[in-house]
Amino acid sequence: MTLRARAGNWLDRERVLGPLFGGPAVVLLLLLVAYPFCIALYFSVSNAFIGRPSHFVGLRNFINLWQSDAFRQTFQNAFVFTGIAVLFKVVMGIALALLLNEQLWFKRMIRGAVLLPWVIPTALSTLGWWWMFNSLYSVVNWTGIALGIMDPPGPNWLGQRYYAMAAVITVNIWRGLPFFAISILAALVAIPKELYEAAEADGANANARFWHITLPLLKPVLAVVVLFSTIFTFSDFNIVYVLTRGGPINSTHLFATLSRVVGIDTGRIGEGAAISLYLFPILVFVVWAQLRYVRKQAY
Amino acid sequence: MAVAKRPLLSKTMRHLALLPFLVFALFPFYHMTLTSLKQDKELYDRHAAPLVIRQGPTLEHYSKLLWETEFLTWTKNSLLVTLLATGASVAIGTVAAYALARLKFFGVSTFGTGIFVTYLVPTTLLFLPLAQVVNWLGLGDSKWALVLTYPTFLVPFCTWLLMGYFRTVPKEVEECAMVDGATRIQALWRIVLPIAVPGLVCATLFAFTLSWNEFIYALTFTSSSDQVTASVGVTSELIRGDIYFWGELMAGAILGSVPIVILYVFFLDYYVSGLTAGAIK
Repeated sequence: MTLRARAGNWLDRERVLGPLFGGPAVVLLLLLVAYPFCIALYFSVSNAFIGRPSHFVGLRNFINLWQSDAFRQTFQNAFVFTGIAVLFKVVMGIALALLLNEQLWFKRMIRGAVLLPWVIPTALSTLGWWWMFNSLYSVVNWTGIALGIMDPPGPNWLGQRYYAMAAVITVNIWRGLPFFAISILAALVAIPKELYEAAEADGANANARFWHITLPLLKPVLAVVVLFSTIFTFSDFNIVYVLTRGGPINSTHLFATLSRVVGIDTGRIGEGAAISLYLFPILVFVVWAQLRYVRKQAY
Repeated sequence: MAVAKRPLLSKTMRHLALLPFLVFALFPFYHMTLTSLKQDKELYDRHAAPLVIRQGPTLEHYSKLLWETEFLTWTKNSLLVTLLATGASVAIGTVAAYALARLKFFGVSTFGTGIFVTYLVPTTLLFLPLAQVVNWLGLGDSKWALVLTYPTFLVPFCTWLLMGYFRTVPKEVEECAMVDGATRIQALWRIVLPIAVPGLVCATLFAFTLSWNEFIYALTFTSSSDQVTASVGVTSELIRGDIYFWGELMAGAILGSVPIVILYVFFLDYYVSGLTAGAIK
């Protein structure tokens, strides 16, 4: 047997080839995900500061955070932002998917247009929204005034707290809606037509068909989409960073943006790491829910 | 029943119902394009209608962006980082996905769970400690830090996506080849990968897009004008103090999206199928 054939035989064993193929991914994830996670845990219980040796301080960072107005505000913002944005994305996503599932002219082009906000770099498209919400030249206000919906000069979107929150939520919905619509559409297409025909024969109107056939059959997809969206809406950074930098007076800060301000701009890495670790329980919940309810199968 | 008798009318109504969604999705791009083409005096005229160009379009903002800023350098950086990170991630992800989909070995299910969990880890959770790791490796303020760190979210993603594709390839096809004397690696290379080409295209497209669009790592790990990527360059370098050059800013946002738009136009169906296969981030 030649050396090459022997090596080939050896590689054909699953016990050998498996670890060999999985190896690079495992090494990468251990070194650049698991290890940084451990560092984050350590940072969060230390007084780490850029360019200075750090010491263990127990839970002091977490206690300090709860005593700071900025953090308590951020904590509240994160739930308001995620709750409202995800709710709108679900409702609008179902509506849009139902429309896209019908006979349409230029179907492919319409789908392409609908998906566009989701593929364009968020940081760059948010610059466009920033300009649209500009205090002097806002096209949103111009249109609103022209249509008679707003009194001149219209709201200063990014300078007033509730308006600023509305603005960042709007952009998040704009960016996330395509994902909901296209995923739900894929599930709609898979619902057998016979179910609707049978229901129609039994006298169910469009409304009843939606509530008793469509919605129950969409549940699994809605669960997956909502769980994914929850984690990525909670951890959003780009939109708030570009649009408001967390302002005015912390009213739009999310964990990620506050964590950057504290950890990078002011150099208190320990506290910054503690802030971003607040995303971890959300992650654990989503992973647990996915594994428990959505993917019954292992992995 | 009245509606069903007039299919054309109901079809028109549907399009009318879609209109607000389309305006919502596309208006920002329309407005950005318009702004980038307007002359400054019209752009900053508070009495001018912002929805149209009245005083003639100009390419002045684009030429300023290209020749008076570092925009081309940022784009080159973005391309370099994206191509290297995408190539490496698709390669690592392909073999890992094959191992997960086909092979039985010690720890395979733990490995699978690990990939799934890291697939869900948002980049904003680990950017602070990763910045430290990057510094320790001597890659602070270097685009190579991005080549190194982008695979942390691209590899789980590619693995997850490709695992699904490999599972749809019937095992028998491979087994036949192996009965005929091919090794497993030959069977993978000559039989499985050619069948899984749509999956590979999909993984490559999404990895490219995710990598091109990445923002927080690029913003945190790089800062010099010759190291940053297009998104970071446009959002931070074009804004100086309180004076915003809106024309250039919009031109930068548009040109910075061009590579993605080109891919998107050509591979729209792959984007749709990849998204429904679980492409999330």
